[in-house]
Amino acid sequence: MSLLEVRHLKKYYATQKAVDDISFSIDAGSIFGLLGPNGAGKTTLLRMITGIFYPDEGEIIFEGRPFNAEKDILRIGYMPEERGLYKKMKIGDQAVYLAQLKGLSKSQAIEKVKEWFEKFEMQSWWNKKVEDLSKGMGQKLQFVTTVLHEPKLIILDEPFSGLDPVNSNLIKEEIYNLAKKGCTIIFSTHRMEQVEEICDQIVLVNKGQKMLDGKVGQIRQQFKENLYRVQTEGNIHVPVSGNFSVLKQGSHEWTIQLHNGTSTNQLLSELIQAGVPVNGFNEILPTLNDIFIRLVNGSTSATRQFQNVSL
Amino acid sequence: MNKTLIIIQREFLSRVQKKTFLLSTILLPLLIFGFYALIIYFSVKGEDNLHIAIADQTGQFEGKLQSTDNIRFSFVKDQDAAGLQQAINDKKYTGYIIVPSGFNAAGKDSLTYTSNANVGLMTKEKIESRINKAIEKTNLQHLLAPGVTMAQVDSTRSNISLHVSKQGSKSGSTGFAYALGFICGILIYMVLFIYGSMVMRGVMEEKTNRIAEVMVSSVKPFQLMIGKIVGIGAVGLVQFLIWGVLIVGLQMLLPLLYPQLLEQAAQQGGNMPAMGGNSQQLGMMKQIMDNLNSVNMVQILVLFILYFLGGYLLYSSMFAAVGSAVNEDPQDAQQLMLPITMPIIFSFVIMTQAINNPDGGMALFGSLFPLSSPIVMMARLPYGVPGWQIALSLLLLVLGFLGTAWLAARIYRTGILMYGKKVTWKELWKWAITS
Repeated sequence: MSLLEVRHLKKYYATQKAVDDISFSIDAGSIFGLLGPNGAGKTTLLRMITGIFYPDEGEIIFEGRPFNAEKDILRIGYMPEERGLYKKMKIGDQAVYLAQLKGLSKSQAIEKVKEWFEKFEMQSWWNKKVEDLSKGMGQKLQFVTTVLHEPKLIILDEPFSGLDPVNSNLIKEEIYNLAKKGCTIIFSTHRMEQVEEICDQIVLVNKGQKMLDGKVGQIRQQFKENLYRVQTEGNIHVPVSGNFSVLKQGSHEWTIQLHNGTSTNQLLSELIQAGVPVNGFNEILPTLNDIFIRLVNGSTSATRQFQNVSL
Repeated sequence: MNKTLIIIQREFLSRVQKKTFLLSTILLPLLIFGFYALIIYFSVKGEDNLHIAIADQTGQFEGKLQSTDNIRFSFVKDQDAAGLQQAINDKKYTGYIIVPSGFNAAGKDSLTYTSNANVGLMTKEKIESRINKAIEKTNLQHLLAPGVTMAQVDSTRSNISLHVSKQGSKSGSTGFAYALGFICGILIYMVLFIYGSMVMRGVMEEKTNRIAEVMVSSVKPFQLMIGKIVGIGAVGLVQFLIWGVLIVGLQMLLPLLYPQLLEQAAQQGGNMPAMGGNSQQLGMMKQIMDNLNSVNMVQILVLFILYFLGGYLLYSSMFAAVGSAVNEDPQDAQQLMLPITMPIIFSFVIMTQAINNPDGGMALFGSLFPLSSPIVMMARLPYGVPGWQIALSLLLLVLGFLGTAWLAARIYRTGILMYGKKVTWKELWKWAITS
């Protein structure tokens, strides 16, 4: 069952179509990646899902019902890309305050904050002020305040920026844990290696439109270019054939592209007939990074131009 | 708990718990009190240079009033009150006393000192004591014979009291109304600026620290704005209450301090005998009480709070809108603030007019128009304002607040999440009416 579904969402500004007819659905308990270059409309899209903006057109279905901003935002945790906390406020009070605004009672909030602070080894921070924290510490605090109220849907915009590998891992583990407990996570980033590692499903937006939607594995299959890596021995002459071409030739490794209609078995038998020792053979699937760059560059321009939009 | 309440609570507590709040809340009344004590000290000390004309129709004081550097007496003959008034208008004398021909020094007759300037209590005491001394001297001279009884000596004591009459444009009570009106007007003026810009800074903090986005994913922008405005308003109200209590409390202390001041003045005043401060003190208290009774203090106090709240709410919502529209650059804020600060300053100008002419057309308009009424009406109140005008003015103020809050909320909603762009008033207006 899908937790969140957006249908034909549109949001136009005076000079831009920030979000132009985007639809997708997110399964409950999955980790969903929302990708796109800067200015693609990701933030606007997320703001509509978090109830900050109303869409001009289209609808948002949350847990099978039309999205009711006032009630449903209590079940959403949103960590914006630009972190924001009250600098002069004590950290513990701040976390409790934000939790209270998400509908927790004061005692519940205190209990939850204590629990999370313990988990992240932040107990000694309680009476410190935010201005005393390093950027990474602030990041951890922000993550805690986002998930404190046990939201069904957690939206994280660039959650790892500014974190060292140890803390990155800590948060990554927590994201997996939350997903295991049934939380759905929307993960907005342009760091592709993280998406590949974490996300089940991705949507790629560019210039307000959806470019790509699917499971990470499927997408990589979909964009494969019939590339294979053959490991062999040095000083071997590469056979010439109409069925494939060699794109890259290293001393012990070749990158081969099969022409349309050629099967891997054909390639192998040709190599064997030519007396090429095959020590290893595997398929090269494009990374999401490659796909991202190809799709974004493929469109006329990656940078948005301002234009007048008539509704 | 209601989210708006949670926000109000935070805004209130985070400010009240600051050290600067404690400091300013306690220091300011002390400062005012110190100022007040200083004024009284000087008015008691009375460093004046008086030249008093005595028109003595009985001839009994002739040559008996002791002149000093500070107070000189000149005896004038064949002058009536009008002539003497003319003389003090010409600055020949600072004041005059007429001793009528039927003046009975032994009786309880009193004399009147007339001048154009205010007369400090101490000065009054000094003149009074000189006159009494002169009378006592005369009386004692009659007893320069053996066999004088103690009772006879006692009978020479004179206790002539001196009334002070000030000629000129304002009587004591209108002077008081003038001062009270002015102070109330200035207080509201300061409140609008201090707490209004506090709201603006609070909104700017939320925007520049990017808390706004986190907040509006939990609460509506309007709740955030109203929470801030009400929270800071409560801070202001509490601050004023503490100030009020402290000032009243310290004023109660003044009479205790007063005898001390008196003795000090007596020493500096030279040969004047120290006298019981009691009668004087009572006299002063009575004068203040009289003035207080001549205007309705309770009404002024209640209306002060209402206009404080109304004016604050009206202006702070506009300040919030401006705060939401500016980015990091404080200069942008200055620019956008201008259309808000202008009406406040204009109100102040109207107020100074209204104090001199509380029933003029300008004063009436100023005290009804919601943008200026909090300041102007406070200045008019001590002179007495018809009930319907107060009611209408308050009604317009509430309507004005609802109007500005509605507009401000729409600007705020757009502005709080808008970054990187320098905004003009034209754009703000567009946000307010189209979004």
